[in-house]
Amino acid sequence: MKPARRAATLGIAVALALILSYVESLIPISVGVPGIKIGLPNIVIVFILYRIGGKDAAAVSLMRVLLVSLLFGNFAAFIYSVSGAVLSLAGMILLKKTNAFSCVGVSVAGALLHNAGQIAAAALLMRTSEIAYYMPVLAAAGTVSGIAVGIAGGILLKRVRL
Amino acid sequence: MKNKKLRNDIILVLALIAAAAAAWGVIEISGKEGAYAIVEIDGAETARYPLDTDTETVIGNRGGSYNLLVIKDGKASVTEASCPDGICVNHRAISRTGETIVCLPNRVVVRIVGADAEAPDVVQ
Repeated sequence: MKPARRAATLGIAVALALILSYVESLIPISVGVPGIKIGLPNIVIVFILYRIGGKDAAAVSLMRVLLVSLLFGNFAAFIYSVSGAVLSLAGMILLKKTNAFSCVGVSVAGALLHNAGQIAAAALLMRTSEIAYYMPVLAAAGTVSGIAVGIAGGILLKRVRL
Repeated sequence: MKNKKLRNDIILVLALIAAAAAAWGVIEISGKEGAYAIVEIDGAETARYPLDTDTETVIGNRGGSYNLLVIKDGKASVTEASCPDGICVNHRAISRTGETIVCLPNRVVVRIVGADAEAPDVVQ
């Protein structure tokens, strides 16, 4: 892919991920535990990861986190998001390399690692381990939404040509 | 090839759900029951007593005021106190993390914490 084309594609991807972050912030999910989200932006990340590559997916993801924190969040939110995003990306890139899972499995792993990264950051920042009690609920929700996100990503990969 | 990936996906998802369910079960069964009763006077921890040992302790404070802390059957309660209102005495026995018995006149707080609690609980 030519540099200009790649830059333009990644720019569109960041914009899409940003919009999806906003859209999912409008969808309230309350099951008694804070921080449950569908993970819609991960559709874009998974797509870029498979269609272009790991580095590009990382760039899109980190730009998204930075922009979302600047626009809607605060510094604490940024720390949580970055921890989640980095762990999630690392896991997805590694899992994709093993070639043992489809993008659904990769997406589910990414969702759970995102949760785990955020929990770990919160536990460190607030110096309490009790927050880990949230993890099972987050993991169950993340598995379900991760499957949906992975299927959506798979459909895009099949239909969308760059 | 495609089927193998699908199979791996399903195995991964089932394993994760099983792990989450197991962890959830463990927390529901064991996690919420407190392990210690912490005694705080003027906001500073002065003692902690394990809930699994039956004890009776007189919590003395300056000026001769006192509260009698009783731990029995894994629950902590205050059965006698020098304070005039007796709110702490009427409070039911506590055993789950986060529950407290407060005696304002004597500035005594009895608080239940989990086994891993070190610092004051900042989450909720």
